[in-house]
Amino acid sequence: MKITRRAGLGLALAMGLFGATQALAAEPLKVGFVYVGPIGDHGYSYQHEQGRLAVEKHFGDKVKTTYVENVPEGADAERVIRQLASSGHELIFTTSFGFMNPTAKVAKQFPKVKFEHATGYMRAPNLATYMARFYEGRYASGVAAGRLTKSNKLGYIASFPIPEVVRGANAFTLGARSVNPKAEVRVVWVNSWYDPGKEREAAEALMAQGVDVIAQHTDSAAPVQAAEEKGVWAIGQASDMSRFGAKSHLTAIIDDWSGYYIARVQAVLDGKWTSTDTWDGFDKDMVRLAPFNPSTPAAVRDEALGVERQIKEHKFHPFTGPIKDQSGKEVVAAGQIVPDSDLLKMNWFVEGVVGSIPK
Amino acid sequence: MSEAELATLAAILAAMIRAATPLVFAALGELVTERAGVLNLGLEGMMLMGAVAAFGTAHAGAGHGAAMAAGAAAGVGMSLLFAFLALGLRANQVACGLALSIFGVGLSAFVGKSLVGTPIAALPALPIPLLSEIPVLGPALFSHDILVYASILAVPAISWFLFRTRAGLVLRAVGENHDAAHDIGYGVLKVRTLAVMFGGAMAGLAGAYLSLAYTPMWVENMSSGRGWIALALVVFATWVPVRALMGAYLFGGVTILQLHAQNWGVPVSAQILAMLPYLATIVVLVLISRDETKIKLNAPACLGKVFHSGR
Repeated sequence: MKITRRAGLGLALAMGLFGATQALAAEPLKVGFVYVGPIGDHGYSYQHEQGRLAVEKHFGDKVKTTYVENVPEGADAERVIRQLASSGHELIFTTSFGFMNPTAKVAKQFPKVKFEHATGYMRAPNLATYMARFYEGRYASGVAAGRLTKSNKLGYIASFPIPEVVRGANAFTLGARSVNPKAEVRVVWVNSWYDPGKEREAAEALMAQGVDVIAQHTDSAAPVQAAEEKGVWAIGQASDMSRFGAKSHLTAIIDDWSGYYIARVQAVLDGKWTSTDTWDGFDKDMVRLAPFNPSTPAAVRDEALGVERQIKEHKFHPFTGPIKDQSGKEVVAAGQIVPDSDLLKMNWFVEGVVGSIPK
Repeated sequence: MSEAELATLAAILAAMIRAATPLVFAALGELVTERAGVLNLGLEGMMLMGAVAAFGTAHAGAGHGAAMAAGAAAGVGMSLLFAFLALGLRANQVACGLALSIFGVGLSAFVGKSLVGTPIAALPALPIPLLSEIPVLGPALFSHDILVYASILAVPAISWFLFRTRAGLVLRAVGENHDAAHDIGYGVLKVRTLAVMFGGAMAGLAGAYLSLAYTPMWVENMSSGRGWIALALVVFATWVPVRALMGAYLFGGVTILQLHAQNWGVPVSAQILAMLPYLATIVVLVLISRDETKIKLNAPACLGKVFHSGR
């Protein structure tokens, strides 16, 4: 910014008169982040951390960010969030489902502080929510998987039986069967978000059944590594895992929070922040596909990218009927789209999934 | 059975052995430590330090042999810290062990920061000539890496040491009654420190197996609670090495079977399976506690007790 002499004089005068207020306005905006895992997990928390770094880079010294990692979902979370709120942070992102109640509680006690909670459903005038439509990425990667499979058996390493995971497995299956009706998806539950050993063994179990494309809804790169060893395809989770499978890593579904975090910080700086409920996907680049493996047949890659574009431009929704459940009963009529409210509590598998949801 | 089914069977058996191997190492090490009367709850921390040290060494370009040695050495280093506090300063062993676990989780994450996301060459498999060509059993049992074989060979070696050598007798005597052992003239602290160091080396190897062979990568907290399972296994095995091996194979096997059972349509609750090692341990504890002679026969009488030489 070019400051003319006169303006500079005025500025100096103003600063002399209103020194206190001026100093306050020049204070950087303090933004806090609470992560459930270690930032070194190379998965979910790592991607949120990338978002925080993007905020720092974008705003420079206009903001000051703080993060707390490895925060357990429970009583301790409340303490951490309150600590951030009471130490001058004006905008606080709590990034895991289990932080919902503590965030809501602290938000009530600090009405002037703005809170944003990921993947939850509790909102207040100073508490917004945000999440990503990961299932869009799963559908598009499913299209490529359906084309690439020779055995018509795809594998899905699932973590916990919650709607988010069920929705992902369904989207992957629908994507695969949209191009290959003979494809089936075998789901294995490992009951952990993160256990490299168990994830590897789940991948081995799937490959022993003849699966030749493996998708995962767990956070470590162990399944990709196991796939590389046996020469089958694997689809990474949360971040680009191609380093672990030069030949096997087909693509990955990447969470990208940078755009959202930058927009929300900007809104606070502009004084335009309001409590919103955000569920973005390909359209806002909150979900992206990692670059396809160079050895992917061009036709397969282009088809998957075409589907990505269609979803991105809202010309197509992955959960468009007709959709049948596992018993073969039509649950969604032709042309109908499953509403968000139903997607959020999805607890049934679509036709083509082999496996059951633990009760 | 068809050929494909036989291949699946072999794959399942091989997976069970892989899953059990870190448990075997850690449990055997802890077993020796506890036989000397010391309870070291720091297995998880020592394993993680072993894992990160082994991975870092392999990543730096040193061979797998050096990497395994580094893993064991890191475990020993951690165990010496424990020995200093719990034996040297006579601090409470339970508290020190817990602290060691928590410390190991944090320290390994800290020193391993730059290693996250970097791949290394996995520890190669060493198929045993002839034996590995037997159908089913060959690929299941005789086509593993050197650490798997070592973990199995460690069982007779440790049994022999504990029950057939003079040094083993002294170690058990120290665990049974440290005052008596001291009065006869044995160096209680020296024996215990060596036992703790052995436990550390074995836990370090368990970690090295994880980061070099099982999932050749380094990520924070990659042991995912295996140290605690190994700890439970020692009690489950009533401090007998061969039972520790069987227990490890049982729990490793159940984990793997549960993944395959889902495909066969057998509904097995993963939560119940996760509880199983601890549940079995409680059952064994109750069973051996009912009978005083059984306790005397099995549990080291001075386990966890502080030794004061001046008394």
